[in-house]
Amino acid sequence: MPSVTMKVNGKNVNAEVENRTLLVQYLRDHLNMTGTHVGCDTSQCGCCVVHVNGSSVKSCTMLAVQAEGADVVTIEGLADGEVLHPMQAAFREHHGLQCGFCTPGMVMSAVDLAKENPDPSETEIREWLEGNICRCTGYHNIVKAIAAGTKNMQG
Amino acid sequence: MYNFQYHRPKNLEEASQILDVGDDPKLVAGGMTIIPTLKQRLAQPSDLIDLADINNLVGINLQYQSLEIGSMTRHCDVAKSEIVREIIPALSSLASHIGDSQVRHRGTIGGSLANNDPAADYPAGALGLGATIITDKREILADDFFVGLFETALEDNEIITAVRFPKPKRAAYTKFPNPASRYAIIGVMVAETNNQVRVAVTGAGDDGVFREEKMEAALSTNFTSDAIADISIDDETLLSDIHASSEYRAHLINVMAQRAVDKAT
Repeated sequence: MPSVTMKVNGKNVNAEVENRTLLVQYLRDHLNMTGTHVGCDTSQCGCCVVHVNGSSVKSCTMLAVQAEGADVVTIEGLADGEVLHPMQAAFREHHGLQCGFCTPGMVMSAVDLAKENPDPSETEIREWLEGNICRCTGYHNIVKAIAAGTKNMQG
Repeated sequence: MYNFQYHRPKNLEEASQILDVGDDPKLVAGGMTIIPTLKQRLAQPSDLIDLADINNLVGINLQYQSLEIGSMTRHCDVAKSEIVREIIPALSSLASHIGDSQVRHRGTIGGSLANNDPAADYPAGALGLGATIITDKREILADDFFVGLFETALEDNEIITAVRFPKPKRAAYTKFPNPASRYAIIGVMVAETNNQVRVAVTGAGDDGVFREEKMEAALSTNFTSDAIADISIDDETLLSDIHASSEYRAHLINVMAQRAVDKAT
């Protein structure tokens, strides 16, 4: 089987995988990092969003072998030990989740937005979330959380 | 997903060689269509040839009043490019509304054109702006490139390397997106370029993207939305599906075209 090497949350990892293994399967089933979720499996819901070389992407629509040599960050890579990342803290503070299934993707997507646009308007946040679907909250608190989290990330 | 051989060539020659010898090879650019297709077992290629490591396929250059965009340039890079915003703002706007932000971080202009999805945005962009598709073998006018549903003039072993867009006098793209997928239910690119008016429609044709000649003729003499307000579109050759009937699509083409004319700068 082909071997794939990448950096995940700062650590070098190497494994033998089939060419058809998706990045999300590699993260969840090989590395046992189950924070990245699979919701729709059709590239629409955004539960599986991770960062690859600094850009948010859907890890269900990328092969593990395509991430050869890449720098991957997952939801597990955000917190500093027990201290939550400012975006995670904002989701908790503003009740930006109910069941929590979409949350890893929402948070990873939001952190990428903050990098692209440090002071997004409500409309810009909602447009950015087009690729992240939540079936519980109606998005209001997610948008509030992202506005606050983006601010906290600057501070 | 069925398994396949995966290749990551360093240059076009190497990619071409694998294309020539493979049983049923397929190129992968951003993968935003082919990976979902493979996941559903709708395709079973013997080899996937990933173009990601071929450096000279990425980038945006201004050459004599034309923009040349490398085939592996991602949608987000076209959307954010200062030079695209300045020379062809309609193209920047088109790219910024493809899929969602995560899709735009992977999807590429070359991949979108080679796939020629009947609801994709770039085919309307290339046809409407009168682009030229540049491959490792030749140059193909957009007018000759889009052949049918998911079909192009590309040969089996031909690789798109760049797309050249002449700077239009004015142009705009408007889209009525499917709210789930963001694919166009109707997308219309209206452009005045090289002394002609071009109107390209995506999302509607049962043969893929097409030019709307009645509108082009009307706009050539009078470039205002009023000039096309009364043009009715024949719905006989339009797609009809759960998202929109052919009658509704015909109506939307007119509405989107008028908005594009009003917006064209």
